[in-house]
Amino acid sequence: MLDPGYSPWTPFRFLAPAVLALLAVGIYPTLFAIVTSFRQYQLTRPRSGFPFVGLENYRTLLFDSTFRDSLLLTVKFFLFSMPCQLALGIAIALLLHQSGASFLRSIARVAMVVPLATTYAVVGLIGRLIFNRDFGVANEFLSWFGFAGIDWLGSPNGAFAAIVAMDVWQWTPFCALIFLAGLSMVPLEIEEAARLETSSKWQLLKRVQAPYLIPGLTALLILRSADVLKLFDMVFVMTRGGPGAATDLISVYIQRVGFKIFDMGLASAQAVVLMILAVILSRLYISLIYREIDA
Amino acid sequence: MTIESGRIFHRLGLIAIILVTLFPFYWMLSSSFKTQTDLLASPPLWQFTPTFANYLEVYSDGMLMGAVGNSLIVAIFATIISVGLGAPAAFALARYDFRGKSDLWFWFISNRMITPVALALPIYIIARSLGLLDSYLVLVLVYITFNLPIVVWICTDQFKSIPPEIEQAARLDGANQWTIFRRIYLPLGLPGVAVSAIFSFIFSWNELLYALVLINKTERKTAAVVATNYMSGYELPWGKIMATGSIIVLPVIIFALIVSRHMVRGLTMGATK
Repeated sequence: MLDPGYSPWTPFRFLAPAVLALLAVGIYPTLFAIVTSFRQYQLTRPRSGFPFVGLENYRTLLFDSTFRDSLLLTVKFFLFSMPCQLALGIAIALLLHQSGASFLRSIARVAMVVPLATTYAVVGLIGRLIFNRDFGVANEFLSWFGFAGIDWLGSPNGAFAAIVAMDVWQWTPFCALIFLAGLSMVPLEIEEAARLETSSKWQLLKRVQAPYLIPGLTALLILRSADVLKLFDMVFVMTRGGPGAATDLISVYIQRVGFKIFDMGLASAQAVVLMILAVILSRLYISLIYREIDA
Repeated sequence: MTIESGRIFHRLGLIAIILVTLFPFYWMLSSSFKTQTDLLASPPLWQFTPTFANYLEVYSDGMLMGAVGNSLIVAIFATIISVGLGAPAAFALARYDFRGKSDLWFWFISNRMITPVALALPIYIIARSLGLLDSYLVLVLVYITFNLPIVVWICTDQFKSIPPEIEQAARLDGANQWTIFRRIYLPLGLPGVAVSAIFSFIFSWNELLYALVLINKTERKTAAVVATNYMSGYELPWGKIMATGSIIVLPVIIFALIVSRHMVRGLTMGATK
C-alpha cells in the first residue's frame, strides 16, 4: 500500500488496545482458574493454605453426581425449550411472511423486540409473579380451561416447566425473526411459480422455503445451545435452582459452589470443564457458520 | 379453506402473536400500578384503580435511583471504551491485509461464546486481591470484554462497505492512517458504530451475574441487581418489584426499538446474513 505513513506496524497499532484489553480480562483469569483447579483452595479455611493437590478436584468433580446432574438438566432444558422455540418460530415467521394485514404484521414485528430486550433478571421477576401459586395469572389461564391450579414454583416439574416457558417467551421471537429473514431470501419468482403449482402451504414450505431456513436453523441451534450454558439471570431470580435441584442449571450451580460454598478449587475445576465445553461449542459454531466469511 | 377464512386465520394468528408476546410485559406494567391488595387478589384482577404509590415508594426507598445511576455510569463507560477500542480494531481488520488477520477476527468473535460463569470466580479472586471489588472499574473492564466482539463484528462489516476510492483525496493530501480513520471511516461508518454502541449499552445494562458477585456495597449495586432486592421476606411487595422492573426495562426497550431493524443481525453477529 502506498499510503503515506503506512508501515507493517500500522494495523497493529489500531488493533493492539482491543487485543490487550481482551487478553488482560480474558486470558489471565483463565490461567488463574486452571492453576487454582489443581489446588485445595477453600476461602472459608484460609489458614490451611492453598496446597497443590494434583487432580484431586477433577476426581471429586468426576464422582460428583450434582455436577453431572446439573449438566444433564441443562441438556434437558435445551431439549424442552429449543423445539418449542423452533416450531413456534417457524409458525410465526410464516404468518409474518404471508402477504396482507400489513398493519398487524408490522405491529407484531415491533412487538417481538420487547421480549428480546427485557432485562433477563426482570424476566425472572415477571415469571415469579405470573407463576405464583395463589394469585399468579398462569393458574387463572388454566382455570379458564377447567384445570386445577398448580404450585408451579413449589414443585420440581412445575418449576422446570415455568423456566422453560419464560425462556420460550423470551427467545421465540428471536427464532421467528431469523426464520423470517430466511423466508425473505426466497426469490420472489420462485415463490410465485410454486404458488401457481400447488395450493398446499405445507408443500410450499417443504419444497421451496425449507432450504432457505436451514442456515438460520444451524445458527439458532448453536447460538441457543451456547446461551443455555450461559443461562443464569432468569433462573437465578425465578427459582435459585430449586425446589431441590429441579432447576439447577449449570451456570446457577457453578455460581453457588463458587460463591456460597467458597470451594474455589472445585469451582475452578468446574469452570475449566465448562470452558472446555464452551470452546468446543464455539469452534463448532465458527466452523459451521462463519465458514465462507473472510475477515 | 376458502381465501376469506384464510385471511381471518392470518389476522387471528397475528393478533395472538402480539397478545402473547406483549402479555408478560403488560402484566408487569399493569401490576406496577396495583395496590398490594389488588395484587394478591385471587383470581387476578383485570380491572382495577391504578395507583402511583409503588413508584413513589420505590423512589423514596432511595435504592433504585442510585442503582440506575450506577448502571448508567457503568454502561456508558463500558460502551464508550468498547467502541473506542473496537472501532479502530475493526478499521484495521476491514482495511488492511496482514498475516493472521482472519485468525484474529475469529478470535475476537469467539470471545462471544465464552460462558461468563466460568470466569466469574477467577475474576472475583483477582479483583479482590487488586482491591477492585465494589468499584465501577471492575464491571466496566468485564463488560468491555463482553462487548468488544460485537463492536468489532458490526464495525468491521460497516467499514468494509465504505468504498476505498473515497479516501483517495485524503491520501493525496498526505493524511496519515489515523486521520483517514477519524475523518473518513468514523463519520461514514457512523450508523454501524452507533448500532454497536447501543448493543453494548443494552448488554451492559442487562448484565446480572458479574454485577451480583463483584459488587457488595449497597450504594454501588446496579439496577439489575437491585431489581432482585425486594425478593426476600415473607410477603413480597409485588407492586414495588414490578415498578422497579418497569423502570429498569423501559430504557432498554426504547433503545432496542431504535435498533430493531438490526436486532437479529446484532444478536447473531451476522451468522444468518
